[in-house]
Amino acid sequence: MSDKIKVVIDGHDLDVDKGTTILDAAKSVGVRIPTLCHHEDLCVAGNCRVCVVEVEGRKTLIAACAAPVEEGMQIKTTTPKVRRARTDIMSLLVSEHNTQCTTCYRSTNCELQDLAAEYNVDSERYLSVLKPGIEVDKSSFSIEKDDSKCVRCQRCVRTCAELQHVNAITVSHKGKDMKISTFMDLPMNDVVCVNCGQCVTHCPTGALTERRYYHEIWEAIGDPDKHVVINTAPSVRVALGEMLGYPAGTRVTGQMVTSLKKIGFDSVLDTDFTADLTIIEEGHEFLERVTKALKHGEKVALPMITSCSPGWVKFIEHMYPDHLDHLSTCKSPQQMFGALTKTFYAEKIGVDPEKIVSVAAMPCAAKKYEANRPEMNDSGYQDVDAGLTTREIGHMVKQAGLDFINLPNTPYDSYMGESSGAAVIFGATGGVMEAALRTVYEVVTGREVPFKNLNIEPARGLQGIKEAAIKLENVLPAFDFLEGVEVKVAIAHGLKNARTIMEQIKKGESPYHFIEIMACPGGCIGGGGQPIPTTDEIRKKRIEAIYAEDEGMPIRKSHEVPEIAKIYEEFLEKPLGHKSHELLHTHYVKRNRY
Amino acid sequence: MDKLKRVDIIFGAYTAEKYKVLEATMKKSSEEIIEEMIESGLKGRGGAGFLTGLKWKFTAGEADPERYVVCNADEGEPGTFKDREILTTVPRKVFSGMAICAKAIGAKKGFMYLRGEYRYLLPDLHKELDIFNEHLKRFGLDFDVEIRMGSGAYICGEESALFESIEGKRGEPRNKPPYPTVAGVFSKPTVINNVETFVNAMMIMKYGAHEFKKLGTDDSRGSKLFSVSGDTPKPGIYELELGMTVEDFVNEFGDGDTKAVQVGGAAGFCVPRKKFKDTIIGFEGVPTGGSMMIFNSSRSMYNVLHNYIDFFEEESCGQCTPCRVGCQQLMKGIEAVKRGEKQSGYLKQLLNLSDTMKITSKCGLGQSVANSFSSIVENFKEEMIY
Amino acid sequence: MTETIQLIKSLADKHGRKRDALMPIMQAVVESESYLSDIAMTEIAKELDIATAEVYGTATFYSFLDTVPRGKYVIRVCKTITCDMHGKKRIVETIEKLLKIKLGETTQDKKFSLLYTNCIGWCHQGPAILINTTPYGDLDEEKITEIIMEYMRK
Repeated sequence: MSDKIKVVIDGHDLDVDKGTTILDAAKSVGVRIPTLCHHEDLCVAGNCRVCVVEVEGRKTLIAACAAPVEEGMQIKTTTPKVRRARTDIMSLLVSEHNTQCTTCYRSTNCELQDLAAEYNVDSERYLSVLKPGIEVDKSSFSIEKDDSKCVRCQRCVRTCAELQHVNAITVSHKGKDMKISTFMDLPMNDVVCVNCGQCVTHCPTGALTERRYYHEIWEAIGDPDKHVVINTAPSVRVALGEMLGYPAGTRVTGQMVTSLKKIGFDSVLDTDFTADLTIIEEGHEFLERVTKALKHGEKVALPMITSCSPGWVKFIEHMYPDHLDHLSTCKSPQQMFGALTKTFYAEKIGVDPEKIVSVAAMPCAAKKYEANRPEMNDSGYQDVDAGLTTREIGHMVKQAGLDFINLPNTPYDSYMGESSGAAVIFGATGGVMEAALRTVYEVVTGREVPFKNLNIEPARGLQGIKEAAIKLENVLPAFDFLEGVEVKVAIAHGLKNARTIMEQIKKGESPYHFIEIMACPGGCIGGGGQPIPTTDEIRKKRIEAIYAEDEGMPIRKSHEVPEIAKIYEEFLEKPLGHKSHELLHTHYVKRNRY
Repeated sequence: MDKLKRVDIIFGAYTAEKYKVLEATMKKSSEEIIEEMIESGLKGRGGAGFLTGLKWKFTAGEADPERYVVCNADEGEPGTFKDREILTTVPRKVFSGMAICAKAIGAKKGFMYLRGEYRYLLPDLHKELDIFNEHLKRFGLDFDVEIRMGSGAYICGEESALFESIEGKRGEPRNKPPYPTVAGVFSKPTVINNVETFVNAMMIMKYGAHEFKKLGTDDSRGSKLFSVSGDTPKPGIYELELGMTVEDFVNEFGDGDTKAVQVGGAAGFCVPRKKFKDTIIGFEGVPTGGSMMIFNSSRSMYNVLHNYIDFFEEESCGQCTPCRVGCQQLMKGIEAVKRGEKQSGYLKQLLNLSDTMKITSKCGLGQSVANSFSSIVENFKEEMIY
Repeated sequence: MTETIQLIKSLADKHGRKRDALMPIMQAVVESESYLSDIAMTEIAKELDIATAEVYGTATFYSFLDTVPRGKYVIRVCKTITCDMHGKKRIVETIEKLLKIKLGETTQDKKFSLLYTNCIGWCHQGPAILINTTPYGDLDEEKITEIIMEYMRK
């Protein structure tokens, strides 16, 4: 039997692979079928029924996203019957929806709104069946859940289960009462939610959004008594453009800095600075653990796992509370930045830290929660006052009325504005590992990592779990115990893959020394605070932009950044020193898995 | 009673010697059993009417050696209670039918999915099952039946929802294909049949396809159990030959003032008096899983419809848009028309909506809501308005 | 609480710890405790190593798997068409009067809950009810009063 199947779609004859859905077959010949519950990251649901098409000889219409093509199918996607049915279904969705689009955060970036407009759905066709009295769940620092805007496509539930293996949200009840719930309908803040925000980026409407803090920031900017500082994460600069008229993968670093200055931030700094600092601290922590294990035969937790991703950190706290010692004690770059802003930076520029409002522009929803963790106040104040998403920054730029595309470039301010290419690549999955290896290898051997142009290719790309091994040879005398040791590393992104890694560790079968884990698929470029939509195609473009940014940097290694050397000299003294421990390292909390 | 042909097969007495028919059948080959089943023309008694023999043949032909036999005892259709009676009085025939199927398709494991409302039957069923298992050992058939309970969800009568429920999940229907014969419970090839169908399979083995075919019509072979309720002096269960008209039925069971008969339950069709004569009960006319509800002229058909939609609003699984929201709209709509808040013309729009539900819903539930809706609204429009 | 934990452990031993054990376990807990408490659902989640939200989402799908406290005897009055036609309302009113609760409520002594349910398969003997698992049909005021009185004496 041939593996190709012949079908006709809207007059196009085509041969497609067996198992191809009608939706994908149609796409291959440029026929776009509308969808809502479908998302390429997720398994097929087939529950919104927006994608129905007519197949000759069938009494009922067929959901194109769920139905595989069959030999000889004659498929029509725009017949009156199909159009009537789709319009009817969209009208039903609208009748169940809180259609106050004018006040919705997702307005103009909403799949339901687009479809309803495309099919010119009449909101008067049916009576409203929106349940009265639905309250928005604003309990979480990171995520707001507004059931009145939910279309029950279950994309969030599939995301939370399939991509993240968290299952904080589920489908509950049935029939007219069916809805998206947490366990016992508890507030989002009281369940195992890790705040990754992937549900938000996969939600087609405004039912799940990040909790917004930009109003408070606008207020602070307008307050002459406040000194408002913002630092921007690596992956914001390769995604923000998507909100403001640029195609995916455009680097807008300089324009972003200009826009933030125009918005009125007193200082625009670079999170990359503390990303570099993270490499120094975490690199030394790794070497310390390896030294203890291999030289002194002490029992230390290896593999060591990165701790930059707050979604991942909360995941391990909930799911593997007995293995927290594997986490690096390093704070994330955001939190290092916050702690230094209200100490080192304040001292340097001579501003009372009490007057500083420290803002972080992040690709992330979990950073909001992280900023509010009770232990994150080592500066004597809340280290980070607000974490804003890339989307919120985009909104602020729009609110400021800036013509973003025509803005000139501006460099970051100082102090804490200087960084390396190694820090930029933190934004992509594998980037932290690559940056760490660039430094650690050189510390141990005195030579650059043996990869062309410093690009550690095995660490790159969208494969769920990546592995690499580097053999240490001709090491410096201080590291003679490492001579001939093959350092094995792994990289996982998306918490589904994190779970695979952790199960190995739990069983004592992990072959690695060092592991990078990011909560979101693709790493931070695919974060829960990034522009919507995020798909693999878009992830790849953002990743390309990240590596291009790295290649364009004059300094490519964290330990070569002058400001980093200076901060140790002037303030921190030495990696893993007393002050570092006080400001740059943290501890973790055991949480309930169930 | 001349036009209604009563039969007494399904509830007929057991053979004097326990499991004699089953023992004889176990000596037949898989092919012989399937052949006989196909020859009999038996169609599934759950209402959908697929040829049972073909279902068995498809499953037997699958490559995966792990297969299952599932008995759908989630009899939830309003107005249906015949499976309960079968399970109360002749459970042995059901288990035997399952074993015959297991032999035919090479399954080692069977599930009976019993609706939660029939929980009280469980102790007796387990007793019978113990005896049954002993006999199976004697016949050398490596097959065992486990009873799994539902917990109050009509939709679990839909076969793929039933599988989900056995697997410990929400009873949400799956996308089809794949069909159960390819990927049923635990994603393995599965034959799922209704309680009555398994009894029929057993009866075909007992009397032969030839005898079975003598009953009924070309399109609707064999006898059928009818659950009769509503405005009737003699509610209960009757085994009748397929092929009679609604008029024949009303003459026997009506109270002399019958206005309408709902054939096939809430998911079925409402037949008004003027159509009694021309409507055949069976696959050539109105198909039925056996539910026959009779309404006399004192009943408000608005209330009847309201009751059905209320049922569907709650019992829809809620995953697909047309069914979840559609049911709510039908409900709100007929209420608004009744109260005069919407013009009677709105009923036309609701009929269109029910058509949309029929052609776009994910499973049979959403698709069948339109049956009762359109047949009641079209035939009793005046009752919807005033 | 420890009783619940013990119960669920023994149920998991009996039915296994795979996902398909979820329904039988939840059913058995409801039979013995009349509902699924948050403690019970959490414990089931632990035993089967699935998320609590999954347990909750599954439980709430099934109308007999209550997640709010119910009385020792749960009375479910069928509200589907033939029971409706034949006087389910009178039956409900009679029970409401006898137990001094409204539909949907539980008596203070936690002995009875009164609920509606969809078709229970006794259409030829409507109005019909279930008290826990036991069906009663052909009811009228007198008969239901007798039945309820008998349960009250239990």
